[in-house]
Amino acid sequence: MARIVVDPVTRIEGHLRIEAVVENGVITDAFSAGTMIRGLEKILIGRDPRDAWAITERVCGVCTTVHALASVRAVEDALGIAVPPTAELVRNIMLTTQYVQDHVIHFYHLHALDWVDIINALKADPKKTADLAQSFSRYDRNTAAHFAEVQNKIEAFAASGLGIFANGYWGHPAYKLPPEANLLAVAHYLDALEWQKEIVKIHAVFGGKNPHPNYLVGGVPCSIDADEVAAINSERLNLVSSLITQANEFVNEVYIPDLLAVASFYKDWAKYGGGLKNYLAYGEFPTKGYGHTESFRFARGAVMGRDLSTVHPVNPRDAQEIKEYIAHSWYAYEGGDATGMHPWAGETKIAYTGPQPPFETLAGYDKYSFLKTPRWKENPMEVGPLARLLVSYAAGHNDVKELVGMVLGRLNVPVEALFSTLGRTAARGIDAALAMVWLKDFFGQLMERVKTREVSTFNNEKWDPKTWPAECEGVGLVEAPRGALAHWIRIKDGKIDNYQLVVPTTWNGSPRDARSQRSAFEESLIGTPVAHIDRPVEILRTVHSFDPCLACAVHLYDPQGRHLHQVSFE
Amino acid sequence: MGKTIWESLQEKGYNRRQFLQLCGMAAAVAGLDRTAAAQVAAAFEKKEKPAVLWMHFQECTCCSESFIRASHPIVADALLDVLSLNYSETLMAPSGFQAEKSLKDTMEKNKGKYIVLVEGAVPTEHNGVYCMIGGKTAQSILQEVAKDAAAIVAWGSCASNGCVQAAKPNPTGATPIHKLVDKPVINVPGCPPIADVMMSVVTHLLVLGQTPALDSLGRPREFYGRRVHDTCYRRPNYDAGLFVESFDDENARKGYCLYKVGCRGPVTYNACSVVKWNEGTSYPVQSGHGCIGCSEEGFWDNGPFYQHLNAFPGFGIESTADTIGTAVGLTTLAGVAAHAVVTNIRKHKVIAEVHAEEQKES
Repeated sequence: MARIVVDPVTRIEGHLRIEAVVENGVITDAFSAGTMIRGLEKILIGRDPRDAWAITERVCGVCTTVHALASVRAVEDALGIAVPPTAELVRNIMLTTQYVQDHVIHFYHLHALDWVDIINALKADPKKTADLAQSFSRYDRNTAAHFAEVQNKIEAFAASGLGIFANGYWGHPAYKLPPEANLLAVAHYLDALEWQKEIVKIHAVFGGKNPHPNYLVGGVPCSIDADEVAAINSERLNLVSSLITQANEFVNEVYIPDLLAVASFYKDWAKYGGGLKNYLAYGEFPTKGYGHTESFRFARGAVMGRDLSTVHPVNPRDAQEIKEYIAHSWYAYEGGDATGMHPWAGETKIAYTGPQPPFETLAGYDKYSFLKTPRWKENPMEVGPLARLLVSYAAGHNDVKELVGMVLGRLNVPVEALFSTLGRTAARGIDAALAMVWLKDFFGQLMERVKTREVSTFNNEKWDPKTWPAECEGVGLVEAPRGALAHWIRIKDGKIDNYQLVVPTTWNGSPRDARSQRSAFEESLIGTPVAHIDRPVEILRTVHSFDPCLACAVHLYDPQGRHLHQVSFE
Repeated sequence: MGKTIWESLQEKGYNRRQFLQLCGMAAAVAGLDRTAAAQVAAAFEKKEKPAVLWMHFQECTCCSESFIRASHPIVADALLDVLSLNYSETLMAPSGFQAEKSLKDTMEKNKGKYIVLVEGAVPTEHNGVYCMIGGKTAQSILQEVAKDAAAIVAWGSCASNGCVQAAKPNPTGATPIHKLVDKPVINVPGCPPIADVMMSVVTHLLVLGQTPALDSLGRPREFYGRRVHDTCYRRPNYDAGLFVESFDDENARKGYCLYKVGCRGPVTYNACSVVKWNEGTSYPVQSGHGCIGCSEEGFWDNGPFYQHLNAFPGFGIESTADTIGTAVGLTTLAGVAAHAVVTNIRKHKVIAEVHAEEQKES
């Protein structure tokens, strides 16, 4: 038996540590630890609720915008503000853009090196690579000349020390791609790096910058007027339109074909990494207002025990549904470690009880993470692209079902293949393709509104704090690229009285709960083979398939604003 | 190992003339006069690709995300041709033991010659346990990498000023880098900094082998010497007293000044209104939202963001501009004077237009 420590887990956002127990070449137990905390919920208390989007947006710069959106929705929910339809379309355009950019970055820059052997790409024949690429894609850079140029670059790069690719797991027997597929993926790694800076210009048009574009409680900050030079006018809309066209080509001619090509060599990974059998999604892309969940493009609900015949309703306001536990987290509850707290009624005191750094292992410590452990009706739930596809599939959303069916058909695998590391990675591609379709659709609808001059982007009825009730509370849900994200807010006398976030990686990457039920990262690692314990690329495959985001996941909240000055250190 | 940039370019088929042209372009990117090209050429010929370590502490990775948005040069070319990025938890292939090996090898082989880029603040409360990597505290890792570094750059407001985690009540004792290391630190604030500003600071360091000229707060003057307000295209509206009263009102659609809805441009030193964001696509004011002052120390505690500046702690808006302008030095004052001429020309034009419009309406 060996205990493998992977820390830092790289090619993610934030600071994650994985410790895995390996027996006879297979993982039998795993521990997922978040090792950084910033305390943003404490910082939010006492501030103007209209500023919260900016503060919470800084939770994460990789999935930028999603916390800003959750925050403005929470405040609008608390104050009873309806957002103008044009503003809702702009928000949908921002979020679909984020899905597409985030998923492409994840596939090429965060996940691909688990499947693609860069050094092996040097053995490829550029001509054969071009033939392979052209057999499934019309992308105009898929030429022998381009592949030869990339190969030369990588060869020179290898000679000069390899930089970010140094000390990779190159040559590991788990890499299965032929040299030509490796070269294809490396070339598109570089192309994707160049392209991703383009699509985010959509955020810059509507939000002024990326990362961290601007949002606004009550709508969006930009004005749209086709007759004004300083507003979002025809020139700006033309820019957005051309960026969408370019993104559409990249997703459909590069990302999706590459994903299918790579996946076809790794079908055995449909056997590993399945993990939990429960899936949670908050749903997304309102088409008739945020309150009308039945009009969402992605459905809200839960799938239990992989039973796709039933979607269970999810209510974020019900104190009995979503609760957070700290049995294995570096916190203390007044009611003891077995208690679970709904975010509106929680309490938090950081209580680090781990080893004094520097340390070698967290083995032997009951508590091992700064992540809390959220549960839905006491169940551990997986969230993310796979979860939302399954919930929408089970809810009978036809566009989702069709695309899922198409991908399964192309790979020639049954629907059960989705419940795996490979399935999670494939689901993210399907998700991006859907987001691309909807991005085009939302932009088309925006253009219709520009034509008819229905372009109001801001509802100022409740802007002035004098119009607010003395006390109110709200919840803002977002189906973020990484999964179910929610902010809970309480407002008192015009100030934030309480603010809490439960985010996707907290669901997936948290430690086990008081009943010793593992969360998704830990559960999905059980049964994964590890060929070389000193080069555990298999662990990275499964952990990366969730696209972890640790800055999001680790936080502390303090509803009464009175616990944290007593921060204890034992 | 060990090729100079000129040698690697020769392998790619560049001739001497093309090489010198490229050096001229690099000088332009670094904000230098073209006559500096010869100096740049010398730097390229002498130096191997410099080793760079990108550290991540208490942060949200927006600085890494911003850096990869750079457009000149694009980041893929920078990574392959300009620098040797040997450690970046966001991008590097290996994890765990092998990642730590990349860090250690680089420090040993390039003692005194490597560049450290830091993203994030460092928590100092409770022996630093609020940020641990590989079982070590951020605090101890910072000391280790800083010891033999040739230069240290603090990326973004987290590393420069502490940023959001250092906002009141700063629960984890988040501390900027310059307060923890006993070496000069180049502060590149912003949440995040502009992509091409980041790339230019790197180019300035690596191509010239020189620290850019810094102001008293350790910020490169070429990007942080002027206020957003000084070069904002909406400035003439401010001077003419034309303001947005509420988001998306008629004045907002006309692009009037956002001062009354909280714009921090008048007290924020950054290049947003000149370089702009995402390859010059826009900047916050251009897209209808006031500047939130994200490159200024303590900006999170200078809110609420939508309250306009005459309630700003300390001073009224005009005295703020003058006081801060003077404090920064003569170069800035000269810049302000030159700017004033331009402003007046634009102001007269806008006032004339508004006047004509009012006459038309009445």
